[in-house]
Amino acid sequence: MSVAITLAYLLAAALFILGLKQLSSPKGARNGNFTAALGMVVALGATLPLLHFTRAGLTVIAIGVGVGTVVGAFGARMVRMTAIPQMVALFNGVGGGAAALVAVAELLKFGVHPQFAEAFPSVLSIVIGSVSFAGSMVAFAKLQELMTGTPITYPGQQIVNLLLAAAIAGFAIAVVALASIPFSFLSLMVLALILGVAFVLPIGGADMPVVISLLNACTGLAVAATGFTLNNFALIVAGTLVGASGSLLTKLMSDAMGRSLANVLFGAFGQVHAGATGTAGAQGRSVRSASAEDLGTLLAYSQRVIIVPGYGLAVAQAQHAARELADVLERRGVDVEYAIHPVAGRMPGHMNVLLAEANVPYEQLKEMDQVNDDFKNADVALIIGANDVVNPAARSTPGSPIYGMPILNADQAKNIIFMKRSMRPGFAGIDNDLMFGPKTVMFFGDAKDSLTKLVAAVKAA
Amino acid sequence: MTNEVLNELTIFVLAVFVGFEVISKVPTILHTPLMSGTNAIHGIILVGAILIAAGADSPVTIVLGLVAVTLATTNVVGGFVVTDRMLEMFKGRQRAKPARPEAVKK
Repeated sequence: MSVAITLAYLLAAALFILGLKQLSSPKGARNGNFTAALGMVVALGATLPLLHFTRAGLTVIAIGVGVGTVVGAFGARMVRMTAIPQMVALFNGVGGGAAALVAVAELLKFGVHPQFAEAFPSVLSIVIGSVSFAGSMVAFAKLQELMTGTPITYPGQQIVNLLLAAAIAGFAIAVVALASIPFSFLSLMVLALILGVAFVLPIGGADMPVVISLLNACTGLAVAATGFTLNNFALIVAGTLVGASGSLLTKLMSDAMGRSLANVLFGAFGQVHAGATGTAGAQGRSVRSASAEDLGTLLAYSQRVIIVPGYGLAVAQAQHAARELADVLERRGVDVEYAIHPVAGRMPGHMNVLLAEANVPYEQLKEMDQVNDDFKNADVALIIGANDVVNPAARSTPGSPIYGMPILNADQAKNIIFMKRSMRPGFAGIDNDLMFGPKTVMFFGDAKDSLTKLVAAVKAA
Repeated sequence: MTNEVLNELTIFVLAVFVGFEVISKVPTILHTPLMSGTNAIHGIILVGAILIAAGADSPVTIVLGLVAVTLATTNVVGGFVVTDRMLEMFKGRQRAKPARPEAVKK
């Protein structure tokens, strides 16, 4: 590798680090993304002189880059804002898949007896990359609601997963030692793909962002391992950076939910079954619902209203309607605030962004710690399409999957208006006792329609 | 262990520390964009993918190269574009923030 190429790789590495640094502060975040993209361009440009094209090679690259660019750009631009987390899962998965395939191609090239220094990282890359690919696809399916978001568990699941991991280790050793059996590559990949699926199945839909972050770190490590196989500095540095920062980020994300990573990943085993049957009794209970007119009157004659927005608001694009209701109430002298839970919606910061888009004044957006003591003085907690973030089970039911997650104290308000499309449980797949509470009134329907009705009712009151 | 492997190992270990250090203080609202940004960076596997695809000379390597390059390009392009879309949304908030002292003055 020539000096110029190595220096260019060094520049790319510096740009990646700088980009990550900028990405972790709100001010420079967008520039940070550009910086990292520039690093990518530098790294790719520096690689061009290293290529020795065969006749097919150029065509293969042209087609691959062309198709990938169209799919990537189109997918990323067309996706609705609410569906962005699963898009990230998808892009992460394909990266892991690419890392595994590159390692396979390289291992094939070494022929019958590769050196340990080449075989070992290749095998790591194949395994980790495949797990990341398959796991990300399951995460995608769960978030896209192509499959159920509730944890899928069965007796002996942990033992099965353990056996799978052991089988993979066995095959990995065989590949490193023998290397010449094409069958062993294939088995290794298939087993790792199955492990990826098995690993994510028992994790609930609400925890997917943490899982995606973890798999993201895994893909980083797979890329770094491929870098060792190819003796390529750029891959080692960039992959390792992602592996390390991704691991830390995964921990920060589970911390933000007030839970340990182990609880997120393995929480579905054991305890939960007790909790699930405990809340099943809720099915038979009845709820109160009311007309828009009644609720409009209640809101119009309140002193203080706290709005709790959630995913339902994002889906219905109801942020403008919510603001309109707040405006109408404020004109009548009602004090209105928004309580933003750190993980409301499906990604951290989701609600801030949506409400900012509707020009909700910044000072009305209150973070959980600022607002939680205000609920007991509030006349109405107006919950718009949120569920898990106000579920008292997080405080009171030790077996619940969300037990220990900090929640908004909406249950302490004098009245609770719960706006929801239906009685379906929230994304974590658990019932919410708050809906059955004596102070709670349900108001069913699409968030946007319901809010428009409430605006009219408040005006008429 | 050869010199080259030792060098690579050194780089690896240092990069681990840099990776931890560089994002140690990130606010909650940036968790998702940061995850998406790092996701785009591991698209660097495209460098590896074009290295193996360029030398493709058998049906097996052609197929492997083609799929790897396609997947890696999707990772890079999609990753950066989707991150930019997320961060684009923060503009509203950025504008709202400086507007605050003005509002108080009035």
